[in-house]
Amino acid sequence: MTNPMHDEHHDHLGSKMGMWLFIFTELFLFGGLFLVYAIFRSKYGEDFHHAAEELNVFIGTLNTVVLLISSMTVAMSISAIQKGDSGRAIRLLLLTIVLALVFMVNKYFEWGHKFEFKLYPGSPVLGNLPKGELLFFGLYFMMTGLHALHVVIGCVLLGITIPKIAKKQITSERYTFHENAGLYWHLVDFIWIFLFPMMYLIT
Amino acid sequence: MEKHHISSYTSHGIVLTVLLTLTALSVTIAELHLGAISVAVALLVASIKGTTVLTYFMHLKYESTFFKVMVAGVFAMYALIIIFTFFDYIFR
Repeated sequence: MTNPMHDEHHDHLGSKMGMWLFIFTELFLFGGLFLVYAIFRSKYGEDFHHAAEELNVFIGTLNTVVLLISSMTVAMSISAIQKGDSGRAIRLLLLTIVLALVFMVNKYFEWGHKFEFKLYPGSPVLGNLPKGELLFFGLYFMMTGLHALHVVIGCVLLGITIPKIAKKQITSERYTFHENAGLYWHLVDFIWIFLFPMMYLIT
Repeated sequence: MEKHHISSYTSHGIVLTVLLTLTALSVTIAELHLGAISVAVALLVASIKGTTVLTYFMHLKYESTFFKVMVAGVFAMYALIIIFTFFDYIFR
């Protein structure tokens, strides 16, 4: 240990295990919604088909690519900190946050486009759609919205990591916080990997 | 702190390339409108992508067996929940 000032109660393995346990709760949070989707899809196949065709596959694919790249930049930033290259680790984290913002801007335009057509939770237009389509859009807004919230939280976590690296609180000897923030970001990517085909591809 | 495996930048690049290729494959197959098969293919490709993220980006490959078992157990539990729910839904 290079920094005896902060040695008290530091448990890398325990912290990481705690992070994984938290990730499991997140997986079940989204897993429950996936299950609701699967059941209603099997019940209202036709309606889900029509509703899913309304979604923009291009913007969905673009956001998938953006998130996958951001997942790589986070993984690279952890490699960088392990090698002791703080500068590069910070630059890669900044790049990740920029990519996350690109994701959110795309989401803004995507949702904005839906709102223009009066498609938003609780709208009269949505209420008059067949039951299955209403359910699809309900799940679409709920799941992509909850996912977007996770993108924002992930950005905050990565944003907290950067000054910690700059202040040498995160070093090649001790990067648990950085690693856990990275795990959270990968979780955001992992969930999107399943959301994307369910919402945009399977029509 | 105990020594950890450090993934190279190149290996992260390779993982990304694989993930992007699988995404392109998934979108292409969806465009063909193959009906029920496209659902299975989309979910299969997503599962491969998800496993790749867990294994390499989330570093599970280099974690102790305990972590691997824990994660596998959670997914097994989730699979059981899906199966039981559908059994209940179909045969009720």
